Amino acid sequence: MLLKRFMRQSKNYFDSTIWADPLIAEKIVDSIKNKSERIYKRDGKRVSMMEVCGTHTMAIAKSGIRALIGDYVNLISGPGCPVCVTSQGDIDRIIEFSKFKDVIITTFGDMIKVKGSSGKDLSEIRVSGGDVRVVYSPLDAVKIAEETPDKNIVFVGVGFETTAPTVAAAVKTAKKNNVNNFFVAPLFKLVPPALDFLLSSKLCEIDAFILPGHVSVIIGKNAYDFIEKKYQIPSVISGFEPLDILRTVDLILEAVFDRTDFIGLEYSRAVSDEGNRVAIDILAEVFAPSDAYWRAVGVIRKSGYVFSKDYEKFDAFKKYGIKYVEKPEPKGCACGRILLGMAKPSECSLFGKLCTPENAVGPCMVSSEGACAAWYRYGVKK
Amino acid sequence: MSIKSKNILLGHGSGGKLTNDLINDIFIKKLSNKILSTLEDSAVIKNNKTRIAMTTDSYVVDPIFFPGGDIGRLCVCGTVNDISVSGATICGISLAVIIEEGLDISILERIVESIKKTSKEAGVGIVTGDTKVVEKGKVDKIFINTAGVGFFDKDVDFSYKNVKKGDVIIINGEVGSHGLAVLNERNNLGLCGDIKSDAAPLNGLISSIREIKGIRCMKDLTRGGLLTAINEISEFAGVGAVIDEKNVPVSRSVSSASDVLGLDPFYIANEGKIVVVVDRKKADEVLSTMRRHKYGKKASVIGSFTSDKAVMIRTSIGSTRLAPMASGEQLPRIC
Repeated sequence: MLLKRFMRQSKNYFDSTIWADPLIAEKIVDSIKNKSERIYKRDGKRVSMMEVCGTHTMAIAKSGIRALIGDYVNLISGPGCPVCVTSQGDIDRIIEFSKFKDVIITTFGDMIKVKGSSGKDLSEIRVSGGDVRVVYSPLDAVKIAEETPDKNIVFVGVGFETTAPTVAAAVKTAKKNNVNNFFVAPLFKLVPPALDFLLSSKLCEIDAFILPGHVSVIIGKNAYDFIEKKYQIPSVISGFEPLDILRTVDLILEAVFDRTDFIGLEYSRAVSDEGNRVAIDILAEVFAPSDAYWRAVGVIRKSGYVFSKDYEKFDAFKKYGIKYVEKPEPKGCACGRILLGMAKPSECSLFGKLCTPENAVGPCMVSSEGACAAWYRYGVKK
Repeated sequence: MSIKSKNILLGHGSGGKLTNDLINDIFIKKLSNKILSTLEDSAVIKNNKTRIAMTTDSYVVDPIFFPGGDIGRLCVCGTVNDISVSGATICGISLAVIIEEGLDISILERIVESIKKTSKEAGVGIVTGDTKVVEKGKVDKIFINTAGVGFFDKDVDFSYKNVKKGDVIIINGEVGSHGLAVLNERNNLGLCGDIKSDAAPLNGLISSIREIKGIRCMKDLTRGGLLTAINEISEFAGVGAVIDEKNVPVSRSVSSASDVLGLDPFYIANEGKIVVVVDRKKADEVLSTMRRHKYGKKASVIGSFTSDKAVMIRTSIGSTRLAPMASGEQLPRIC
């Protein structure tokens, strides 16, 4: 009987409808308004919180949180969209694979409309006869490799700690099954080094981070200890439902008001202190940390992955000898400044005029997780 | 001219903004006439006192069989629904098939059996047809075109231009299952929760409410989903709309699967869903009548039209935000 009740309750716990209750939302919003106003009166400034996860960016815009929480909280979108943070030089490297007739490029859908510096994107390459295929899982790319032994399949490995383990698992599968025509272009990015860079560079004022839920499921809460130790600011790991985000904002305000620093865990139904051991182990086996290029930033030390010695032969860049060349940002595009929290999408002169989801100039408008796409699509004004 | 690319992209077939640009900038620009330019689901042709509804649609879905339906069921339902939302009674369907050389005859038989079954359910005959076979690789297994003709036997005049502020929007059930069912089947996503296409002929449901005075228009929600349809009505009628997020029926499995895939169920295709726009005073009557029909059991009032210009969503936590038309390619070849 007890077990049955527990099962029913825990099932409810994961039901997204209870995380969107308007009455609870109203109570938390009142608390947020109250705390932020008191902080404003005391400190003379708004509390600036940066979310560093594209799913949060979308969830905040989609649920209309900015319009609800009043004027004293400044929600900033950071480098949380994997497609957006990929540097122009790396985008060009991906597009370069289309020059090889024996290559089938496989990618998640978001990458397909990001323009290279020539102005061409993968969807146009597909239209002009290139073999570019959208897959929903890296294992699909391995399957294509098995079914097409006379071609080499390059999977575009873009993503954070959440995506990397599934790609690592696909690589392991390919190795086990002796699939020798499957390759990955490793362009993964790691979140903690980026947070460290943002705080140390002081490019914009950040009072707290809204930390990513899914990434934290993999790497665990302890991975953020440095924020508290080195920078003495609070941050909270958040889930993705409207009430998750409101609770997170409220927890951060409480810490700012009390002048305490801590790493809070709002998304406790999914995140542990240590993270997911299986995923961490597979990452350590297949990859090794390396410096990586970020859009508008350049190199951040140890913020990406290359293949480990045992898996080097899967590296598509090495296989085809494609080297990195620094490339400029699209002209007039403020994606770089937006990713670093230095500008809001509406402050870009191209936003909504020359740059729309149908004719995007920069990746932040292309990706469904990009800040510009979120602001444009859901009519966010400030 | 708002089409900027030199080639046709998959997004031009998405049913969203790119499709609209293509239709307006190429087809309407060159072929415009009074009937075509209304861009409603069916054309209404008048001859003396007789009014005829006519529509056509092509089906290129991949895969051709999917949970809850197949290309055969789809090609009947799509045309039946397009005619029915105009207020007319469907009286005949044409069937044109383009078949790829090498297709297994038993597959064709299964499709035709499904066409037979669905047209029987809808109570309409396949009255003429055409068959073409092309070389292997020139089409993908089978493409089907159907057209339908219907007569207006009663004094109904549904049109987007009838819509006024204050009018209520009613939907006949849960959104998003067709697009997801097809996507799941095509990509072997292994989504559990029994997601099935909602493909259904809705002429029975529609005729049960058709004569209630106060209905302004109806629209079936296919490519581009619910919000694209609302935007189309809104644009045409020159009014805005507010949709109440929590009142739009979405099954739990569709909601969870959309979350995982990063899709918005309000933009995912349906093949058995309509919205009915009705005078507020008649909303209860329409709603209760719809709920008595097997394809309207979960009918709900989901919002209303406003004097504003934009389509907005009232979010579950009580905020409001913009809800524009779908833009590009969300899911390729779902119908």
